[in-house]
Amino acid sequence: MKQITATGQTVEEAVQSALEQLQTSRDLVEVEIIDEGKKGFLGFGSKPSIVKVSKVHAKEETPEQEVNTELKKQETVPDININVQAETEESETELPAHDPIEEAERYIKAIASDMGASVEVKTTVNGREVHFELIGDKIALLIGKRGQTLNALQYLLHLTINRYTDQYYTAVLDAEGYRNRRKATLETLASRLSEKALKSNQDVKLEPMPSYERKIIHTALQNNRKVETYSAGNEPKRYVVIRPSK
Amino acid sequence: MKALIETIVNPLVDYPEDIQVDVKEEERKIVYHLTVNQEDVGKVIGKNGRIAKAIRTVVYAAGSDSKKRIYLDIM
Repeated sequence: MKQITATGQTVEEAVQSALEQLQTSRDLVEVEIIDEGKKGFLGFGSKPSIVKVSKVHAKEETPEQEVNTELKKQETVPDININVQAETEESETELPAHDPIEEAERYIKAIASDMGASVEVKTTVNGREVHFELIGDKIALLIGKRGQTLNALQYLLHLTINRYTDQYYTAVLDAEGYRNRRKATLETLASRLSEKALKSNQDVKLEPMPSYERKIIHTALQNNRKVETYSAGNEPKRYVVIRPSK
Repeated sequence: MKALIETIVNPLVDYPEDIQVDVKEEERKIVYHLTVNQEDVGKVIGKNGRIAKAIRTVVYAAGSDSKKRIYLDIM
């Protein structure tokens, strides 16, 4: 059995290239896909497709005429694996695969500088969670009212970081400790509104918040037996309700 | 501002070469009109316009110190 490994821009191209080298047709071979390849991101990180094509032993499956030619071929060609690099020029000039986290870092820096607020980015990776901390002069511009700009940027960052990875990352974007300050504010708000709910004996609805901010409220009141919390409404206008326990 | 819109949209689409931003300046406002490849429309709008909303938030924040009101049209 003769085997050959070939590469190409797509799986199909790789298979074609292997068939040419083996001088055979598609139905006489077994194709094993080693790597599907990647299209790449901004021209970076593209990976060629790699396939392993094995000539099926002709004896059992092909008519006798073909067996003869097949056997002849096998006499002249030694039965070894040949690695053929059939990469196109394009993929040779391409840079090695880039880290999606580095791409995201560059993305947020580019946006900030286009907004006229150059920043430094401090990145920490904690499992699936990637934390970006922005440090710079005009940080208020990047946070916006109630962090709405920061949340928008975080969402865009989340999209780009997950664009070309198999892994799923959660992007957390923070600026000058904003998230921690916000957390403290929300916890104070939670305890104040829980008292209000108890005093009036009525449900208290909070304003719409993104999921991780709602989570802060739920967590803050989790151990408070006198009230219970739940979320209502649909994204992006989902909000927390604090209700006195019965 | 045009550069900012392009920077934001670039990694979101499959055909960055088809991104086009037209500027129309009016008396009291500046309108930026963003067009992308037909196949990329969904990628800049998103489910319930979530991506479009995020792009607008960032663009409007950047334009907050300009005298004229800024609008971003998508498609």
